[in-house]
Amino acid sequence: MSLVNFTTREITCKIVYYGPGRSGKTTNLQYVYAHVPDDRRGRMVSLATQTDRTLFFDFLPLDLGTISGFTTKFQLYTVPGQVYYNATRKLVLQGADGIVFVADSQVRQLDENLESLRNLQANVLEQGVDIRGLPMVLQFNKQDLPPELILAPGELDQALNFRGLTAFPADALHGAGVFETLKGVAAEVLRRLSQGDGAVRRI
Amino acid sequence: MDLNPRFRFDSFVVGASNRVAAEAARTVAEAPGAAYNPLLIYGRSGLGKTHLLQAIGFQVQERAADLRLEYLTFEAFVERYHASLAAGQLEPFRVSMLETGLLLLDDLQFVLEHPEAQAELLWLSEALLGAGRQMVVACDRAPAAIAGLDERLISRLAGGLVVDVTAPDLATRVAILERKVAERGAGISRPVLETVAELTATNVRDLVGAVNRLIAFQAVSETPLTSETARALLAGEMPGPAPGGAAGPDAAAPPAPAGVATAAAGGEPDEFAAFLSAVSTTVAETVDAWRGQVGAAVLRWQGEGYRTRPLEQLLLAEEIPDVAGALAAYGAAVEELRRLAAEVAAFDPAASGHACLRDPEHLEEARAFAERVRAGVEPPPAPARGLTLADYVRGTANDAAVRAVEAVVAAPGAAYDPLFLTGASGTGKTHLLHAAGNALLAAHPGLVVACLSTQVFVEELAQTLAAGRIEWWRSRYRHADALLLDDLQLLAGREQAEQELFALVDAFAAARKQLVLTADQPPGQLAALSARLKTRCEAGLVLELTAPDRPMRAELVRRLLAARDVAAVPDAVEYLAGRPADSARAVQGLVNRALARMDPATETLTAATARLAVEGRAPRPSQAQAISAPRAAGLDPLLSSREKVVWDWPDIAECLVEEWR
Repeated sequence: MSLVNFTTREITCKIVYYGPGRSGKTTNLQYVYAHVPDDRRGRMVSLATQTDRTLFFDFLPLDLGTISGFTTKFQLYTVPGQVYYNATRKLVLQGADGIVFVADSQVRQLDENLESLRNLQANVLEQGVDIRGLPMVLQFNKQDLPPELILAPGELDQALNFRGLTAFPADALHGAGVFETLKGVAAEVLRRLSQGDGAVRRI
Repeated sequence: MDLNPRFRFDSFVVGASNRVAAEAARTVAEAPGAAYNPLLIYGRSGLGKTHLLQAIGFQVQERAADLRLEYLTFEAFVERYHASLAAGQLEPFRVSMLETGLLLLDDLQFVLEHPEAQAELLWLSEALLGAGRQMVVACDRAPAAIAGLDERLISRLAGGLVVDVTAPDLATRVAILERKVAERGAGISRPVLETVAELTATNVRDLVGAVNRLIAFQAVSETPLTSETARALLAGEMPGPAPGGAAGPDAAAPPAPAGVATAAAGGEPDEFAAFLSAVSTTVAETVDAWRGQVGAAVLRWQGEGYRTRPLEQLLLAEEIPDVAGALAAYGAAVEELRRLAAEVAAFDPAASGHACLRDPEHLEEARAFAERVRAGVEPPPAPARGLTLADYVRGTANDAAVRAVEAVVAAPGAAYDPLFLTGASGTGKTHLLHAAGNALLAAHPGLVVACLSTQVFVEELAQTLAAGRIEWWRSRYRHADALLLDDLQLLAGREQAEQELFALVDAFAAARKQLVLTADQPPGQLAALSARLKTRCEAGLVLELTAPDRPMRAELVRRLLAARDVAAVPDAVEYLAGRPADSARAVQGLVNRALARMDPATETLTAATARLAVEGRAPRPSQAQAISAPRAAGLDPLLSSREKVVWDWPDIAECLVEEWR
């Protein structure tokens, strides 16, 4: 299914929240879910373990209504962060229009962030797509933690943002930066449409 | 767009600054299309132009409910136009606009931001005004002051009545304030209002804003407003009403975008609404914006006379195409077409209008066309298809000429070059010339054969000289492989044409290309030719076509009758062939006369019919009959022949005199 279907006048946008385990991907979706009017959201599907770790994926459909004559729907997914669920991550990545990489701002999680980024690149490449062509934003989550425990957005930018992507400091637990991130990735995806390469590169 | 019910003539305060505009608006509202069409109202923002436009709309609605009216800002017009283009529905859009009995078009100044819509507006205004429909246009400046506005559009819009509205004077401002205060049911004294009117002089909106502030202040204040308080309040020296106070609706915060909730419950910012708004903006800017781009390009290039099928195809795409690439490619193709057209125009202005130079889809064809024109091989006139050797009647009068033509066809440029055919008018020179041209084309496919009369040759040359492209004309003829020129005697008095022909003859001789020329006299006797051209012509073969002999005439008669499916007895053919005729044309005249006295479809042409038609008497009896039959007494045989008698005298008296004699 194409991102923009001019025949049926539909825009369907699949956004995948990617990142290391416990970085706050599901928290992002939960915050979005809590702040979307009932009539605009579908049922949030969350398959979690007993310890609230995402087992398979989270899925949150959003119906934004008719925008410029297009019935616009967003599908938000998260992937399980733990290393051993890579097959699931690949599956969820398929058909993604845009990616939010949720990085854990804690100093001790820097290596996990880098590992997850490498894993993302490898998974995307495995499906024959160059990650540089994908609409993507970064989110530096947990910026609400004590400063001594976390890296500042500038430091995280230095360490993780090789491509100069748009990055959003966030505190997903309390909502800061959650919608900004979503807006950012949506804009990246939709703007790519006007750059004349026919359609957004999808995985 | 809907009309604002507050904008009526009743609520419009008329003063010196807007009296003319208001009167004109009322006149238009009372009789749309009858006076001041179009009416153009201009003036700075906030002086009541929109109010007048909508007031016209309301009054017309009340008086003529069946009249269809449309109130549009120019931007709404452009948006509608782009949407119709994008959806491939331009025609329904135009039809819909043309059904409008009254078009109220606001904010024309935004035309600067949408130059592509100018052509559409021009077309629409011409169509509406032509159909007697009323147009009222508002603009923040006079049309002529809008830089870049199409002069034709300026002319159309200024063709009715152009009125301005200026800033209201003090009395008007006080009247406006009183009206606003009364509408809101507030009690503010006249001295206060006069103070406000003195302080606020820019436009009506500022006045309304000032009134709102005063009303809001008074709503939370227990003491009545004084002039000093009002002055301090408007000068910003006093705080306005506290948040949550009973401010009037006009003092409320600006509305959020349609469809977006203003705030979430509990006073938190509505993040989803903001997100939705951002996505809406992005979608509007990106997803469908390319259609607008393509639509604008279609309009622009169509306006310049180019075919835009490739761009129109883009609009049908289900996936977003490479718009920038496609537009760039199309633009590049148009640029090349322009360059080619300019080149072609330098050679032949008429050729620069060729369809292929307007179709970027057929760039190759345009290049080839321009190359042909550049090279001058755009062929000169070709022989007439209907005149062939097969139809040409041969006989002793023209046998030598036909043989010479056959030799020329077999080896053009090798034998008899130039071949000069001479003879009286009607002896078949023109037919033979064109037949030679067709035979050359048939025997040598690809050969460029120029076959034309000297008259056309001379006229073409004159036009070419007038257009200053003589080199192209020369090149055009020099690229021909054979030149067949009829009626050379028409060169008389045409020195320039004679010189050009001489140069051509020389060039053809040098290139061993075939020349066939005809004239009514041999070259040596042609006064039209210079001595040097005479010698060139005589250097080839000069043959004379003489009057057709009897067998030729008989054959001509047979062919002419056969061509018209007329049955004829042999005697009739022999009779007609026996009549004196010095040319094929004369034979044709005889046949026509013979057939004029009968119905060729049902009757058979007999000698008697032919004689009766030609001479006015029956055929002579046989010799035996002639001896035995008594001669008609007293009748001079001379008078019995229609050929010998003049029947149509110009004057009846002369005719009678002749008959009496």
